[in-house]
Amino acid sequence: MNDYQSTYLALSAILFAIGTLGVITRKDAIVVFLCIEIMLGAVNLAFVAFSRANQSAEGLFMVICVMAVAGAEAAIGLAIFVLLYRKTGTINIDKFNLLKW
Amino acid sequence: MMFDLVWLIPTFPLAGVLINGLLGRRIEEKSKSLVHWIACGAVGLSFLVTLILFVQLLGLAPEKRLYDFTWFTWIASGDFNVSVAYQIDPLSMFMCMFVTGVGFLIHVYSIGYMWHDEGRYYRYFAYLNLFMFSMITLVLADNFLLMFLGWEGVGVCSYLLISFWFSDLANAIAGKKAFITNRVGDFFFALGLLLLVTHLGGHGIWSLKFSDVFSNAYLLSPNLITLICLLFFLGCTAKSAQIPLYIWLPDAMAGPTPVSALIHAATMVTAGVYFVARCNVLYSMSTLAMGVVAVVGALTALLAATIALTQNDIKKVLAYSTVSQLGYMFMGLGVGAFAAGLFHVLTHSFFKALLFMCSGCVIHALSGEQDMRNMGGLREKMPITFYTMVIGTLAIVGFPGLSGFFSKDEILWKAFSGEHGSFILWLIGVLAAAMTAFYMFRLIFMTFFNECRASEEVKKHIHEAPKTMTVPLMILAVLSIFGGYIGVPESLGGSNLAEHFLDPVIGLGKGKLFSSAGGPALIHKVSETVEHHSFEIEYWLMLLTIVIVFAGILFAYTMYMKKRSMPEALSAANPSVYRLLLNKWYVDELYEKTVINPLRSISQFLWKGIDVVVIDGLVNSTAGFFMKCGVTWKVSQSGNVQRYAVSFLVGVFVLVAYYMYMR
Repeated sequence: MNDYQSTYLALSAILFAIGTLGVITRKDAIVVFLCIEIMLGAVNLAFVAFSRANQSAEGLFMVICVMAVAGAEAAIGLAIFVLLYRKTGTINIDKFNLLKW
Repeated sequence: MMFDLVWLIPTFPLAGVLINGLLGRRIEEKSKSLVHWIACGAVGLSFLVTLILFVQLLGLAPEKRLYDFTWFTWIASGDFNVSVAYQIDPLSMFMCMFVTGVGFLIHVYSIGYMWHDEGRYYRYFAYLNLFMFSMITLVLADNFLLMFLGWEGVGVCSYLLISFWFSDLANAIAGKKAFITNRVGDFFFALGLLLLVTHLGGHGIWSLKFSDVFSNAYLLSPNLITLICLLFFLGCTAKSAQIPLYIWLPDAMAGPTPVSALIHAATMVTAGVYFVARCNVLYSMSTLAMGVVAVVGALTALLAATIALTQNDIKKVLAYSTVSQLGYMFMGLGVGAFAAGLFHVLTHSFFKALLFMCSGCVIHALSGEQDMRNMGGLREKMPITFYTMVIGTLAIVGFPGLSGFFSKDEILWKAFSGEHGSFILWLIGVLAAAMTAFYMFRLIFMTFFNECRASEEVKKHIHEAPKTMTVPLMILAVLSIFGGYIGVPESLGGSNLAEHFLDPVIGLGKGKLFSSAGGPALIHKVSETVEHHSFEIEYWLMLLTIVIVFAGILFAYTMYMKKRSMPEALSAANPSVYRLLLNKWYVDELYEKTVINPLRSISQFLWKGIDVVVIDGLVNSTAGFFMKCGVTWKVSQSGNVQRYAVSFLVGVFVLVAYYMYMR
C-alpha cells in the first residue's frame, strides 16, 4: 500500500541535510536563506508522505501553512537584505555579528 | 463640666509648636515679637486653664477629687486599649500648676535672653513649647503609655535645647550625652512597663490606666513588684539625674540658661520624682525598692554636694546643686514621705528656676562669661539680680522662714522618723545641707562681692537685665519666700496644707480613694506613728540643722570674704581631695573606662570584624562568583549567526538521541 513511503522519507532527509549544511557553511546571506527554504521543502515532503500514508488531510494542511509562512519570510528577509546591502555594501553574514557581548 | 476643658492645657502649647515650627521663619521675618507673643501666649493660656481647673478641684470634697477625661482612643488592639486621656487629681494638678506657671515665667524671661539670637528665635520658642506640651502630657496622662510619650518627649526636647547652639561641637556633644544617658534609663523603664503589661495581662487586666494598675497591683507577686519598681526607678535615675545616671545634667548646662532653668531645674528632672510619687502604691508594696530609692537619693545628695564645692562654673555649681536637691526629693520618697518629696519639688522649682535665671542675667551681663573666678563685685551694678539671687540662695539653703526651709526640714524629719527612715539618712541629709549652704554662699560671694575680676572690655558692658528678665525674677523671688507656707508642718503651728491636699493620691496605699471608688482596699498600711511623735525631737533636729547650715554659711564667709587666701591654702594642703572633687570623683572617666570603652571596642569588633569581614564578605563573594562565571562564559555569545545555528543543530541531535536511546 505505501511502497514509496520510505523513498519519500529518505529524499526528505537528504534534502534536509543538504539544507542544514548550506545554512551552517555558506556565507552569502541569500544562499543561506535559500538553504533554509530547502529545509522547509524537505519537511513539507515528509508531511505529504505521512499524509498519504495515513490517508488524512492534516499533513496537507500543515504544508499549506508552512508554505504561507515561507512566503512571508522570503518577502521580509529579502527586504532586510536589500536594506543591509544599501547600508553596508555587503550581505556577508560574517560581517553581521552585532548581537554579542 | 469644667474639667472637660483639660484637653486645652496640652493643646495650647502644641498649637504654638505648630505655628512657630511651621511658619516661624516667615513670622520672624515679618515681626520678631509675634514669635514670642504666640509662644508665651500659648503657655500663659495653659496656665490660666490649669488655674481655673485647680480652683474647681479645690471646691470639691477631698474624696471626690478625681476626674478622668478621655479624649480619644489611641491604641485599640483586641483587649488592650489605651486612650489619650487626662486625669485630674490633686497630684496631677499640683504638678501642672507649677509646670505651666514656672514654665510661663521662663518663657517670658527667654524673650530678653534670646532676643539677640538672630534667625533661630522662632526655633527656640517652638522647642520650648514642644517641651511644655510633653511635660504637660507627662503629668496629666491617666495611663502609663501616654505618660511614657511625654517622658520621651521631654527627653527629645532636652536634646534639642541643650544642643541648641549646635555649631559649637561641645554643645552638640553635651546634647548627645544627655540623650543617650536618658535612653539608657528609658530602656529599663520600658522593660518595667512591658513586665507590668504582660503580667497584669496574664491576670486578665489589659489596661495601663493608673487606676486599673494600682487597684489590681495586689495580683502581682511581691518579687515582681520589686523588680518592676527597680526598673522604673532606673528610668527615673536617668530622667531625674540620680546615681548612676546623673552625669548628663551638669553637661546639659551647655544649653541656653533659660533652658537650664526650665528643663534641668524646674520641670523635666522632676518627672522621676513625680513618677515615683504617682506609683506610690507600687513602691509602698516593696520595702526593698523603697530602700533603694532612699539610699540612692541620699548618696546622690551627698555626692553632688561634694562636687559642687569646688566647681568654678556658675552654672555647674547650680547644676550639681540641682542633682543634690533631687537626691533630697528621692530620699523623701524613699522613706515614705511622698508628700514631703513633692513639696520639695514645688519649692525647688521656684528657687532653682530663680537661681538659674539670675545666673543667666549675670552671664548675659558679662557677655557670656561663666567662670566665677572672672566675676565679682556685681552687687551695685545689678541690684535686682543680686537681691533676688540672695533670696533664692537663702531659700535653697533652708534659711528659716523661706520656702526651702519648710520642705527640706520636712524631708529631713521624715528621713529621721519615717517608717523607712534612719538616723544615717538624716545625717547624710544634714551634711549635704551644710555643703549646700557653703557652696551656694561661695557662689554669691564670688559673683557679687569683692572686686570685679572681669576684663576691662567686659566691664564696660555690665548692665542690669531688661524688664522681661527681671520681672519673672521678682515673681519667683516672692514665690521662693512665700511658696513654703502652703506646707508649714504641724509642729510649727501650720497645718501642712500641701500634704493634706495630696493625701487622696498619696494615701492610695491606705486604700482611701479606692474604697470610695468601689475598688478593693489595698492591704498595705502606712504607719501612723509620725503623727504621734512628740514635737520635742523635731524641734531639736530642726535647730541642729539650722545651726549646721549657719556654720556652712559662716565658713563660706570666712573663706571667700575674710581670709581669701584660705581656699588656695586648703586645696594646697589636700591636693588629692581637691583634685578628686574638682574632677567630679572621676565618675565620667570611670564610665569611660568601664562602660563606654568596652562598648566601643565591641562595636568596633562588630563593625570591622563581623560586618565588614563576614557579612559584607559573604555578599561580595557571592556577587564575585557570578561575575567570574559571566566573564568566562560571555565569549560563547559571538554574535555569529552560523555558530548559533550549529549549536541549535547539536541541541537537536542531543534531543533526538535522548528520545531514541534513553527512553
